[in-house]
Amino acid sequence: MKFLVCITQVPDTTTKINFTPDKKALNAAGVQFIINPYDEIALTRALEIKEAAGGTVTVINVGLPATEANIRKALAIGADDAIRINADPTDAYFVASQIAEVAKKNSYDVILTGKEAIDFNGGQVPTMLAEFLNISSVSVATKLDINGTVATLEREIDGGKEVVETSLPFVAGAQKGMAEPRIPNMRGIMTARTKPLTVLEPTTTETLSSSTTFELPAAKGECKMIDPNNVAELVNLLHTEAKVI
Amino acid sequence: MSVLVFAENWDGKFKKSTYEALSYGAEIAKQTGGSVTAVVIGNVSDEGLTSLGKYGAQKVLSVKNDKLNTLKPSAYASAIAQVAQKENAKVVVISYTYSGKSVAGRVAVKLKAGLVAGATAIPSSTSPFTIRKKCFSGKGLTDVVVSSDIKIIGLTPNSYKIETKEESAAVENFTPTIADTDFSVTSKEVKKTSGKIPLTEAEIVVSAGRGLKGPENWGMIEELAELLGAATACSKPVADVGWRPHHEHVGQTGITIGPNLYFAIGISGAIQHLAGVSSSKVIVVINNDKEAPFFKAATYGICADAFEVVPKLIEEVKKFKSAH
Repeated sequence: MKFLVCITQVPDTTTKINFTPDKKALNAAGVQFIINPYDEIALTRALEIKEAAGGTVTVINVGLPATEANIRKALAIGADDAIRINADPTDAYFVASQIAEVAKKNSYDVILTGKEAIDFNGGQVPTMLAEFLNISSVSVATKLDINGTVATLEREIDGGKEVVETSLPFVAGAQKGMAEPRIPNMRGIMTARTKPLTVLEPTTTETLSSSTTFELPAAKGECKMIDPNNVAELVNLLHTEAKVI
Repeated sequence: MSVLVFAENWDGKFKKSTYEALSYGAEIAKQTGGSVTAVVIGNVSDEGLTSLGKYGAQKVLSVKNDKLNTLKPSAYASAIAQVAQKENAKVVVISYTYSGKSVAGRVAVKLKAGLVAGATAIPSSTSPFTIRKKCFSGKGLTDVVVSSDIKIIGLTPNSYKIETKEESAAVENFTPTIADTDFSVTSKEVKKTSGKIPLTEAEIVVSAGRGLKGPENWGMIEELAELLGAATACSKPVADVGWRPHHEHVGQTGITIGPNLYFAIGISGAIQHLAGVSSSKVIVVINNDKEAPFFKAATYGICADAFEVVPKLIEEVKKFKSAH
């Protein structure tokens, strides 16, 4: 079974976000970039299924050369080979269209992504990619099992969960629950250095949207402390001052 | 600009997020001098369809097909894209619920339209077409410029106020062309979280963390939530050790929410957790550690043991409810 796992890099979850003085970009000074946590879940599940049923796992990233450290980390975790499309990932449409170009040439059985990247939180790469490839998709999947040519997934829906089936090939976005991320071991780190990493140039530069300016949310005012022996005061304030109950 | 709104329904009923999307679409149409069409897919009563006029739809296109009574993302996207073309819509509004998320990207590719995934406000400008959304899981805000001819807006639930007027909409039937391949994902089982309010739609959320010491102590959290008509949530460590299900985990790697009122009980307020709840309008923090970072993000705080405060709070809410 041939897996393609799409990864992107994002600021570590503990990062205190700041923007550049001109407000046009993230201030990357001192920021440690990691593999998007949901992408790591996708990668781990692909590896688990490959180990049980055989096959290959390729990771793909749309990014500039600075992402290669994280691509090597994905190889250290266990991916067999990697592709980097040498471009700045401007919007989901562009990223999905570039990955689709590669996917069309390689007939993957399963394409996994994270359910969203924790930088722009759009969650649109899996569905857009499936649409470009004209195959089925499950955008937020908490479980994935494959039996022959049929995949069974559990997806989140509004107000619950749904178990769905689809034939291969398909695209799914990984949500927590699908797998527990792995930490690369020493052997993995050593072999990652020699695994193939192919760099491709993008086929177009077309984007339909772009983030032009950034700012931090407005700071909260002072916290009003309430005496623990006067909880009635809290209920009163929520009703009369905050007007939320 | 002519606006199309995907008016989502669940088992024939509309929800708050549907009305928010319609009100939002109506405001864009008003500002730009256009009309609002709603597309409804599934089995909604005639009365339900005309009632969308109240929320701003002038026309409703109803797609009735027994195969489309439950969410089929691919088929829904085909239908929405065809309606958008038929109506020559320049803006398509889709509420960014789980269903909306699974549909929006496909519509965007079909129409070759730029998508704002998770808009939180009305466009600040229509030329260039600019909309604000959250980024870095709520740690930042960004203005997204959409350059394509057609624009798709995925509207974050609970971020736009519902507006009503005394009007009814004209209803027409519409039959889209849907390919068999649009049905390649089949439903086997639906597990509804019965009787509970979905976290992403809740106006009030009662959330608790490690300070509760064990899953057996969640009874008071659920009781408080039920009294307030609230959803329950939890912090990451609690979901990681299995005290609560993962779908309740709010934070940077969980669900990002923006309710009107958020109770954080026994949660210290790590930066990753704050990111997921920072757009809550009012935050109440109950924690016995006065140094807990969450107090800095709170509107109201009580520094005391949750096991003492929450039962008192339950009693006070009961009193309040019987008086109002």
